[in-house]
Amino acid sequence: MSNARSVPAGCPGCVAMPKDVEPAPAEARLALSLPTIHCQGCISRVEKALAAHPGVRDARVNLTLKRALVDAAPNMQAADLIPVLEAEGFEAHELDTGALQATTTDKAGRDLLMRLAVAGFASMNVMLLSVSVWSGASDATRDMFHWISAAITLPAIAFSAQPFFRNAWAALSVRKLNMDVPIVLAIVLALITSLWETALSGHHAYFDAALVLTFFLLAGRYLDHRTRAIARSAAEELTALEVPRALRLEEGREVERPISDLRVGDLIRVRPGARMPVDGEIAEGRSELDRSLLTGETLPVFAEPGQTVSAGEVNLTGPLTIRATAVGEDTSLHRMADLVAVAESGRARYTPLADAAAKLYAPGVHILSALSFLGWYLWSGDLRVSLNIAAAVLIITCPCALGLAVPAVTTAASGRLFKKGLLIKHPTALERMAQVDTVVFDKTGTLTTGQPDLTNLGDHPRRDLEVALALAESSAHPLSRALSRAAGEAGIKPARVTDIREVPGFGTEGRFHGETVRLGRAAWVGAPQGAETSAFLRIGSEAPRAFTFTDTLRPGAAETVSGLLERGLKVELVSGDAPLAVERLARELGIPDWIAEAPPEEKAAHIQALSGAGRHVLMVGDGLNDTAALAAAHVSISPASALDAARVASDVVLLGQDLAPIPSAVATAQSATRRIRENFQIATLYNIIAVPLAVAGLATPLIAALAMSTSSVTVSLNALRLKGG
Amino acid sequence: MNVLAYLIPISLVLGAVGLIAFVYTVRSNQYDDPEGDSRRILSKDWDDHPKP
Repeated sequence: MSNARSVPAGCPGCVAMPKDVEPAPAEARLALSLPTIHCQGCISRVEKALAAHPGVRDARVNLTLKRALVDAAPNMQAADLIPVLEAEGFEAHELDTGALQATTTDKAGRDLLMRLAVAGFASMNVMLLSVSVWSGASDATRDMFHWISAAITLPAIAFSAQPFFRNAWAALSVRKLNMDVPIVLAIVLALITSLWETALSGHHAYFDAALVLTFFLLAGRYLDHRTRAIARSAAEELTALEVPRALRLEEGREVERPISDLRVGDLIRVRPGARMPVDGEIAEGRSELDRSLLTGETLPVFAEPGQTVSAGEVNLTGPLTIRATAVGEDTSLHRMADLVAVAESGRARYTPLADAAAKLYAPGVHILSALSFLGWYLWSGDLRVSLNIAAAVLIITCPCALGLAVPAVTTAASGRLFKKGLLIKHPTALERMAQVDTVVFDKTGTLTTGQPDLTNLGDHPRRDLEVALALAESSAHPLSRALSRAAGEAGIKPARVTDIREVPGFGTEGRFHGETVRLGRAAWVGAPQGAETSAFLRIGSEAPRAFTFTDTLRPGAAETVSGLLERGLKVELVSGDAPLAVERLARELGIPDWIAEAPPEEKAAHIQALSGAGRHVLMVGDGLNDTAALAAAHVSISPASALDAARVASDVVLLGQDLAPIPSAVATAQSATRRIRENFQIATLYNIIAVPLAVAGLATPLIAALAMSTSSVTVSLNALRLKGG
Repeated sequence: MNVLAYLIPISLVLGAVGLIAFVYTVRSNQYDDPEGDSRRILSKDWDDHPKP
């Protein structure tokens, strides 16, 4: 194989031959999200199927990210490849490569990994030399070992410990203390005293301690970074899933344009089933709008020219032409997201456990170290001895365990929750989730899927059902689809209805045995409007019949609510939908308290009232009407199907369809917080034992290294004990 | 003690080789897809011919 590519230099014909005749045009790089792949078989099948498609140059699957990257001919579109994969049985979605750019190479992570590696390799070598010193190397040999250690340690620390130097400097320059200040002081003091000792051919040098300290702390930082990077890339992927394009009318033709190109005044065509890309006014066409994501109401709204529409609403039945009145950042959708940013600052007031510990810790060790220096200097009058002891105190109290305590646990916990389909976005979300005592659910799209389900199939005679089915089958309206699904499952065949046509915004009409039959809105059919979601059927001049619908429950909704109630949490339902529908759902799930027809402000006010009463609220919601409430809550969860604004506002994103991971997430969060506290206790306990040794001047480098490593390893092992309920 | 003159440089060189190898693996994206890579060894696709 490889022979075919290498050109023998001796062949004169080959030398003259141009290497690549192809003009090599710029390649299209496409990214596809493949949520269902899970094994080696899947990788092979996806890669083979893609490679066999004409125009594809290279395809590589990334199983960790569940993504395929494709290099293809420049005119290739992701839409061409999706059917290829669907034929192989894989669900595939296009990802916006622009939005993914940031995660393709994780520069910060790589940087930390390099520093970690340098610290690791350097500490191994220095440790080797130190072991020889501890086991009795003396005089010239010991001095030589110390000098070699210094030669390895100084450049290694200069490279590896840079993140700590930078952070400490940033904190000091605004006259504050953080965890990095004692770390840097310990490292620098350890290096100075060790160099001094080495120069005077002393017995003890702390080079290995300084390196091991850097290594363990970098390990903590790296774990922390990994956890966030995974959350960030998954969150970005959710954003990238919605490729923002719109159909703009240019000289009467529909042209596909990215949303960022749209201007106020543009005419935009919105097809049935598509989401409004901008705020605007309907210029042409009649249809129905699904506003459930914005207001929580499940009943579709009639739309006609002159009516205003907001970005995020879904067009249901007929094509609409809208004139844009606000685009991009000015749309109501984005303004809502901006409100969230204000509410977010409230969240920043929460002090994580690690910060609380650092606040006590940083001044504590400095005072202790200064006191032991002063004490020893007054008692012995020897500057060298007292500086040595002060350094030993700083090294031994140094927060390896403290630096690992939180990242080790949160990495383990978020990894576990990620496997269950929960994405932890916010660094303090786990700690806040552990304190939750009240859970508030939104209805439409959260506890229910937002898809209707027929409830009164048995109330109608067979002939009516057959006619209704015939009419429903020719429409893509969600109620029609629900009707045909239910009728199909009941084994009903469609009646012979002719001349079927859809009247956008009203319903479907046809002829049956010479009579006009209509299936659609109440007013169109001539029926009184009821409170429930319903479609009406009228055959000729007979009285109209109502088909009533209810939202389908999201999988796991019932288990989630009962699971939360069993844990002794207070569960509430707050919805923008009509009281009847809300009450029925609340009764079905056994939720004691519910509020219906709540506008967004009332939802947020309700959450604030609960927080004011001293409760820690977990808000679960998906719509634009929930964003303010999500941001106001102590901690919030939104499903992946939610609007971007809602996902931005929430701390945790539910990746799958199933709600069931929520109760176990609360349990995992509680157990994670318990482990973090235990880790702080372990660190404290170890300090209580080790610090007196250091102050008494008994801490040799061997003892410091042993104590430091033991505490770090214990803390990491404790994190692995984490159980998810 | 003369053996030290050999052993110390050898240990340092071995350490440096390890470090360089690690840096190479990081640079060539070998940690991008740990899960996928661990399963790719089960594939028979390139067993007989190395990937061109």
